[in-house]
Amino acid sequence: MSRVILSALLSHWQRNPLQLITLLAGLALATALWSGVQAINAEARASYDAAAATLGEGRYAQITARDGGAMSQDTYVALRRAGWAVSPVIEGRIGDVRLVGLEPLTAPGGLGPVRAGGGADLGAFLSGAGQIFARAGTLARLPDVTAERVTAPDVAPNTALTDIGVAQRLLDRPGQIDRLIVLADQPLTRTPLEQVAPGLIRSAPQEGGDVARLTDSFHLNLTAFGLLSFAVGLFIVQGAIGLAFEQRRPMVRTLRALGVPLRRLIALMAAELAVLALIAGGIGVALGYGIAAALLPDVAATLRGLYGADVAGQLSLRPVWWLSGLGIALGGTALAASGALWSLAHMPLLSGAQPRALMMARSGVGQATIAALLLVLSGALALWGEGLLAGFAMLGALLIGGALALPPLLGLVLRWAEGPARSATAEWFWADTRQQVPGLSLALMALLLAMAANVGVSTMVSSFRLTFTGFLDQRLASELYVRAEDTAQADVIRAVARDHADAILPLLSVDRRVAGMPTEIYAARDHATYRDNWQFLRAVTDPWDRLARGEGVLVNEQMYRRAGLGLGSEVVIAPGARLPVLGIHGDYGNPIGQVIVTEPLFRDLYPEVTALRFGLRSAPDQVAALRRALAEAGLPQAAMTDQAALKAMSLAVFERTFTVTTALNVLTLAVAGFAILMSLLTLAAMRLPQLAPVWALGVTRRSLARLDLLRALVLAALTATLALPLGLALAWALLAVVNVEAFGWRLPMYLFPLDYLRLTVLALGAAGLAALWPAWRLSRLPPAQLLGVFRNER
Amino acid sequence: MLLRVENVIKSYPDTEVPVLRGISFGLDRGDMLALTGESGSGKSTLLHLTGGLDIADSGEVIVDGTDLTPLDDAGRATLRRGTVGVIFQQFNLIPSLTVSANIAFQARLAGRHDAARDADLAARLGLTGHLHKYPEQLSGGQQQRVAIARTLAAGPRLVLADEPTGNLDEAISDAVMDLLQELVAETGAGLILVTHSERLAARLPRRLHLRAGRLT
Repeated sequence: MSRVILSALLSHWQRNPLQLITLLAGLALATALWSGVQAINAEARASYDAAAATLGEGRYAQITARDGGAMSQDTYVALRRAGWAVSPVIEGRIGDVRLVGLEPLTAPGGLGPVRAGGGADLGAFLSGAGQIFARAGTLARLPDVTAERVTAPDVAPNTALTDIGVAQRLLDRPGQIDRLIVLADQPLTRTPLEQVAPGLIRSAPQEGGDVARLTDSFHLNLTAFGLLSFAVGLFIVQGAIGLAFEQRRPMVRTLRALGVPLRRLIALMAAELAVLALIAGGIGVALGYGIAAALLPDVAATLRGLYGADVAGQLSLRPVWWLSGLGIALGGTALAASGALWSLAHMPLLSGAQPRALMMARSGVGQATIAALLLVLSGALALWGEGLLAGFAMLGALLIGGALALPPLLGLVLRWAEGPARSATAEWFWADTRQQVPGLSLALMALLLAMAANVGVSTMVSSFRLTFTGFLDQRLASELYVRAEDTAQADVIRAVARDHADAILPLLSVDRRVAGMPTEIYAARDHATYRDNWQFLRAVTDPWDRLARGEGVLVNEQMYRRAGLGLGSEVVIAPGARLPVLGIHGDYGNPIGQVIVTEPLFRDLYPEVTALRFGLRSAPDQVAALRRALAEAGLPQAAMTDQAALKAMSLAVFERTFTVTTALNVLTLAVAGFAILMSLLTLAAMRLPQLAPVWALGVTRRSLARLDLLRALVLAALTATLALPLGLALAWALLAVVNVEAFGWRLPMYLFPLDYLRLTVLALGAAGLAALWPAWRLSRLPPAQLLGVFRNER
Repeated sequence: MLLRVENVIKSYPDTEVPVLRGISFGLDRGDMLALTGESGSGKSTLLHLTGGLDIADSGEVIVDGTDLTPLDDAGRATLRRGTVGVIFQQFNLIPSLTVSANIAFQARLAGRHDAARDADLAARLGLTGHLHKYPEQLSGGQQQRVAIARTLAAGPRLVLADEPTGNLDEAISDAVMDLLQELVAETGAGLILVTHSERLAARLPRRLHLRAGRLT
């Protein structure tokens, strides 16, 4: 019997291939969206990580020779044997290019062009003549060397990376090392450094490592948007499955009337859906990765570049990606089909097909009520919820509530638009548009979520970018950062800087407890570097002037939030030193409080603290000369960090996240557009009884087609209008609620009206394109088909 | 007795009074019975109860020795597959199957498909030239003949026809009825025909009239 039932069920698809394509396309596109977004997210994460990792070398402690000179490779081997997790680096110049030799097997992740376990590149990197990684321009300037040149756009400007052995050969310094990177995790049982190599000293990590915390936040937000894309996909699947079931309701009723048991029928339909979901899921996974790769043209370069091995692995569709994609397809289908199957199981055997609009209208009231309740719940969670879970629950309630609210809101707006209509055609247009909303509601909800996701992603990524650049400007404003081992070396630095630098900014700080929390008290010299680059979340007027006069302090956001401070609140930074808060600054990487005071006050309060670190300001083209002068004065290269170059590099890499945003826009809107197209095509046949009387009354098929096109644009425009506040609310929820709950600080949210306008135009384009084909078909519909509606005889 | 209906009462949630109020009657093999009445008098409801498509609130419906009242969905489905054949006013053909597949469908479900019998029925119902067509390519009269062929091909003991010619004009209606009566008579099955039409009711030897849920 099962075979007979299946033959009937499958015959429906054979006779209606478009409906099968709609269902498969819906499932495949939803899976493609999910897997594509995962790939794009992976790329975004990698881009951001690369931006952060460019600054990363300073995150690690380093070991150098006490006299600033080279050390022997034997010393490195001795340290490794003594248990030290260190990685050797050699630096030098070939022509005017800075050549850095790394040891990829031991170098911390993100620093080298290839990593251990990364695949075939590692062998080429290590063996034979070796490989040199650099930007194309840098490679062109490299003198003739015996090594394979590999273009790597992510390597810092004017820098070439290679294996340490190759570098020693090219620099003619066999067996020499300049410094050792000390990895974060060290065995506790290692022999003390003084015993293994008394001629070496260990120096602490530098500024700039705080970016890692910003990175964590960026990852969390991308994960949230990955889930959002799944929600978009789910609505598309729901739409596709809902339509497929709607179309087969009469057949199901007939089958049951002819004696097919309900349970067997449901089981067979579920099995049929599972098979279709697996087929569509497989297509979707491949499609998603194909689209992601096509939309990210620089992925190929990345594969061979800085962190290619991992991304290459992902794009080669490893089993885990296939399985997760198929799992999503099956899970999403099960979730979306459960309602349809339940409704089928409870469909009265003898009920006539209720008018679709009536059914929708009945469920519409319930839907509006659920939407209102979810939105109220979301608001309540935003106001009173605590914890990350509450943040995500708020996000979920906002999303689902917003989507469910769309059809009732569209109904209200269209009813309102119908009022002023004067001509008969206009009246019919608005009434008919209102009648189409239930049939199109799932596709429109998908469009709403797609647009909201795009508005949210654009806002989030752009806000992150502004925050990131602001943060870098604030923290890495000086062109060169130098570190002295002792006061004598500090005097040398000051002497050299007096002749070769525009300004010298001592970096003075001390750790104390302020307002009950561990706090770094930091001295700021009264200089334009601070005035021009530091941004305040809130501040009094002329905060720097008042700070310079010693009339107050600046505090970071963490201290402001945790200690409940405000502008004018007084903090005690030392016995007898009680000062008001003049400004609150963003301090995204810092887990503890920070108080900034003017340098003279700091020196009065903490005379025992002497400056061993300095920021040196210089014209960019003078940095190399300054560096040379410092080196000639005995300062080791490891004590100098050209942060400006690294900052420029990290920003350039971060720009790639905008490619990612564009890719996400194109992908989600294309999928939503396709959902609209499929809905319109499916509804086209059902609409004939509504269109035929209007045609018979004298409205031409061409006019009807034009009105259909206009209808799609109107609905898309209304949906886009409602998507904007929802998208902004999503971005706000992520930046101001979820982020605060997860990390304790709030990311500022910036608005980008031009981006939103561009998105709206894209959405209208997608809807217009989707409506074009059905409208064209309508304009060419044979009159006999319209006349068929009036035939008495079936 | 092929069918025994005893004191059946049926009401729906949205009606104030029961649709059927204590109906009792019987039908033997080979009997043909017309069930008439005004719209809303309960004719179709009674037909659905006897066909296992719906359940009575109280009373007994016994088809070929089986009491339908305690049967679950699967039990009633078995009855519809093997014992009862229903011809619907709206034909209820499966639009995605050819005429040939539609005719064979119920017999295949019941596990007693006989291709020769299908061919014979198709020939006698004038469908031989349409076997590879789809229902939408047929006229209303042709579709109704396919529905009759489908029911009779399964060899039911009881045939229930709900306004089978309600959508057809008078000439086609008479032709379809001639064939239906002839074929049912050949199989020895019982027939209950629900109709509004006095003319069609007069063609059958026995008639029950329903008024406001009671037999008169």
